[in-house]
Amino acid sequence: MTLLSVQDLTLKIRRTPILHGVSFEMQPGEVFGLVGESGSGKSMTALALMQLLPQGAVAGGQARLAGTDLLSLSERRMCALRGNEIGMIFQEPMTALNPMRPIGDQVAETLMIHGAATRRQALRVAREKLDRVGLTADRFPLSRFPHELSGGQRQRVCIAMAVALRPKLLIADEPTTALDVTTQAGILDLLKGLVAEEGMALMLITHDLAVVAGIADHVAVMEQGRIVEAGRTEALFRTRAHDYTRRLFAASSHQPTRRAQATGAPLLQVRAARCEYLLPRPSPFAAAPRLTAVKDVSFTLHAGESLGLVGESGCGKSTLTRAILGLDPLQGGEILLQGAPVGPLMPRAQRAGVQVVFQDPYGSFDPRHKVARLVAEPFHLTPAQKPEQRDRVAEALTAVGLLPEDADKYIHEFSGGQRQRIAIARALIIRPALIVLDEAVSALDVRVRAQILDLLADLQGRFGLSYLFISHDLSVVRAVTDRVLVMRAGEIVEEGATEAVFNAPGHAYTQELLAATPRIPKGWLATE
Amino acid sequence: MLRYLISRLISLALSLCLASMVIFAVLQVLPGDPASFMLGLNASPDTVAALREQLGLTGPVPIRYLHWILGMLHGDFGISYTYRTPVADLIAQRAQVSVPLTIYAMVLTVTIALPAGIIAASRRGRATDVTVMGVTQLGIAVPNFWFAMLLVLVFAVQLRWVSSGGFPGWSAGIWPNIKALTLPAIALALPQASILARVMRSSLIEALHQDYLRTARAKGLTQGQAIRRHAVRNALIPVLTILGLQFSFLLAGAIIIENVFYLPGLGRLIFQAITQRDLIVVQSVVMLLVAAVIVVNFLTDLAYAAVDPRLRSRV
Repeated sequence: MTLLSVQDLTLKIRRTPILHGVSFEMQPGEVFGLVGESGSGKSMTALALMQLLPQGAVAGGQARLAGTDLLSLSERRMCALRGNEIGMIFQEPMTALNPMRPIGDQVAETLMIHGAATRRQALRVAREKLDRVGLTADRFPLSRFPHELSGGQRQRVCIAMAVALRPKLLIADEPTTALDVTTQAGILDLLKGLVAEEGMALMLITHDLAVVAGIADHVAVMEQGRIVEAGRTEALFRTRAHDYTRRLFAASSHQPTRRAQATGAPLLQVRAARCEYLLPRPSPFAAAPRLTAVKDVSFTLHAGESLGLVGESGCGKSTLTRAILGLDPLQGGEILLQGAPVGPLMPRAQRAGVQVVFQDPYGSFDPRHKVARLVAEPFHLTPAQKPEQRDRVAEALTAVGLLPEDADKYIHEFSGGQRQRIAIARALIIRPALIVLDEAVSALDVRVRAQILDLLADLQGRFGLSYLFISHDLSVVRAVTDRVLVMRAGEIVEEGATEAVFNAPGHAYTQELLAATPRIPKGWLATE
Repeated sequence: MLRYLISRLISLALSLCLASMVIFAVLQVLPGDPASFMLGLNASPDTVAALREQLGLTGPVPIRYLHWILGMLHGDFGISYTYRTPVADLIAQRAQVSVPLTIYAMVLTVTIALPAGIIAASRRGRATDVTVMGVTQLGIAVPNFWFAMLLVLVFAVQLRWVSSGGFPGWSAGIWPNIKALTLPAIALALPQASILARVMRSSLIEALHQDYLRTARAKGLTQGQAIRRHAVRNALIPVLTILGLQFSFLLAGAIIIENVFYLPGLGRLIFQAITQRDLIVVQSVVMLLVAAVIVVNFLTDLAYAAVDPRLRSRV
């Protein structure tokens, strides 16, 4: 018997069509992967099923859950159904829980709101569910508050909340996208286990093909509000019948062509760098304790080299990055760029030697400035005349594949990928020796990411740049770096040529990271 | 929690010390002789010297300061120069009007503002919201003394429900006093409630866009349940901040309203004391008001911690 049958689902938000006749079916106990890039309509499909659409959205077609058409139900009946027959978890676990209420309360609420239990019973069930998702009573009593938990732990609480009433269908919208690889592996295992135990069906929405490969029975690929291809996971991965699917797969395993050009001359030297933070004082009169975020890290980056720095959140990558950019002082050791020390007080000419591209293409620009002014910002380090500045802005925009005319536009007129190109133009304009790429492609869709990686490889060849490529994404680091550093808890645990490290990781942590990284089975992608 | 409480208490004590020093310095140590200032131009040197003695202006500064502080701690605020009665008695008498009036106005403010803000936010953009926003805009714009006179004209002069001013005193029983304080409390509460309702609304609208509200809806809560159980408490932090400021403002800022309604409150006391150059009263009342403000801030801090568990575990 079919559990969920979606027929010709359409969705408009104020006359703009978002979904064009989406149809698919799910069987009980099945894992269904819905894959696509941002804006393809994956999340809107899920929200339409939950009837939690944004204001002004109108859904059409049919979505039958065990025979009942969800789209025709009244809001009251939907409330009785949400959390009871369909559970849902979301992408951002850090903000998905109410910060003011203890976790036990929030899990128990699912039961109490549906009148399924008294408060005492509900709290007992909450305890069982939290145990089931791996949050044991000794370390995670019901009275814990969300801010005392990590992202992965919070996502576990969300899962406990969503499955507390054993729904027939669980919708997971990018449940692991915001998490580290090892945490992601744990959450995916948990979801797999729950599906097997409870006979629950799971709809997994993700942009990550490798995640789907490891867990889904069936997959559907979405593009611009349509399902372009659907089928059993392995068959779909092997055949890739639709052109868009092929492009998506090609982009996700894209390897930019790069020339090795390290000259051997050291450009950036980090010697026993140590960074500390002051923590809140335990009492008003005690000395503030220190947290050592970076513990005596040393490495050298050579001119023309691409060096990768990988590690999970909290390992000290960002702190080290700030120190290398000369934003924060070191508490020990030294950092030399082209032989001169780096620090908050370094002269402007020295600071001009390093530029940075950040992760978020939306937050890293002043929305009230035109592109010309944004890209010309680094000129305060190496002053240039206005006409020369204008020429070089045009040149930089051309170099990153945009038009000189784009200089007169505002940043909101550009897509995420174009913004990241502008960020690269801004970094490039004063020709620094080193560009720090701090998760610079992590927020981008796979096809855009492939283009940006190509662009970076091309610019490196043309301008003889060196890159420090900081990322949590091992596959990207593998594709674009010559050497890699693996960082954990403020220390570099492994260092070596990228291919060597990925093929034969020496340190247990590197092995763990690689094992946790989801990947598409080798044979599935053999070219036909 | 205990650590938070201790750190707040220390900051409370430090603020009080600092404030008392500033007030003492302004009125006693700075150049200009308070005694000759109080007595006017034609006073004889003997009278001035006698007053200086009485005011405690002789002797070294630290001793005088300590004397003043210790006196206040024992409830000895000195003797009013114009009223010839202990300042403590004057303040106690006037506080019998001001404190109930402030509390009355605060209660009105909160009971009007919070529901209005919550309703406006949950019906954002609809007629109710537009109405609430319009009325609050008016409430902020209208001067409260003008509104007070309007209230007197309607309810005291035309309808004769209450008297137009005066305060019968607590010996007359509770009901007549509540009646006497109602119009002033409404006049005081109107602008405060308008501001607070707007803060509540915008803060709640922000909370409504948070991810945890979507989570709550996905659990099966109706929009109303999600707002009541999850959004309101999160939206309260900025409301508490404003509320704390308003309390202090009402306690000292009721001078005009007290004048409109002929209420013998602290505001009028300090106003008269200033015009009569009664520095002893001014100094004591100012110190008392500053202390009240600091204590209310302390209570606001505790309220934050009661609402927000993140504060309890931090600091």
